[in-house]
Amino acid sequence: MDLKLGHYNKDGIEIVDVEGEIDVYTAPRLRELLIDLVNKNNYQLVVNMEKVEFLDSTGLGVLVGGLKRVRAHDGSLDLVCTQERILKIFRITGLTKVFGIHNTVDEAIEAKKLDK
Amino acid sequence: MATVEVTFTPLPAHVRTARLVATAVARRSGVDEALLDEVRLAVGEACSRAVEAHRRHCPAEPVKIEMTDQGERFVVVVSDQAPTPGASTGASAGANGHGLGQGAATLVQDADDAGIPAGFGLAVISGLADDVHVSSTSSGVSVRMSWPSATPTTT
Repeated sequence: MDLKLGHYNKDGIEIVDVEGEIDVYTAPRLRELLIDLVNKNNYQLVVNMEKVEFLDSTGLGVLVGGLKRVRAHDGSLDLVCTQERILKIFRITGLTKVFGIHNTVDEAIEAKKLDK
Repeated sequence: MATVEVTFTPLPAHVRTARLVATAVARRSGVDEALLDEVRLAVGEACSRAVEAHRRHCPAEPVKIEMTDQGERFVVVVSDQAPTPGASTGASAGANGHGLGQGAATLVQDADDAGIPAGFGLAVISGLADDVHVSSTSSGVSVRMSWPSATPTTT
């Protein structure tokens, strides 16, 4: 399956919905979207990965790149993910310590509000 | 000992195809269903690395994957033909100074617009396959990975 991307704003936080496979072929599209959102002054991001079927290190690199960009503006990038096969690669790489990972979009939004 | 061999033009779009083929052959070879996600991810990482290397050094040359059912082990070898300066043989994935050995915070620090530092994919592979061997020569890099497989199929 290819990659489907969408985004919307909720309570001042930009939610990015990702569906499909994030790999060396599709990851550039996600990178472009994250860069575009940051360039439009969106520094509080939540990437919803509940419908992601595959994620490799290229995809991780894009998420890390997005995190660096929003942090440069005192922002944050959190993830929504409950799928064990996706969470595994975050655990292997130690990136569970870098990203806030939540069970639902609402939970991620609440966590961001508390951080403000 | 049955072998499936695939060669493909080093285009990112073909990495998905390689993953799908490897997963199908692994299933056919009796690799446990619970391990198939690991096979898919590890083969994808190895192919992504090879594609990037070919695109830099030899875009006209194909990337090769060999998948062999060796009875008790399912073996995948992903080979590129990109020249490797300072090549050595017998290096193991994850021992190259990148990826899993370093802290996640350092990883974020080192990441740039091109993503996570080169070599990180190999480190991920080492975290997925229990048997990984990387051979690097002046004519390219070969990543050999294997997983346990069930009773060999004969039909």
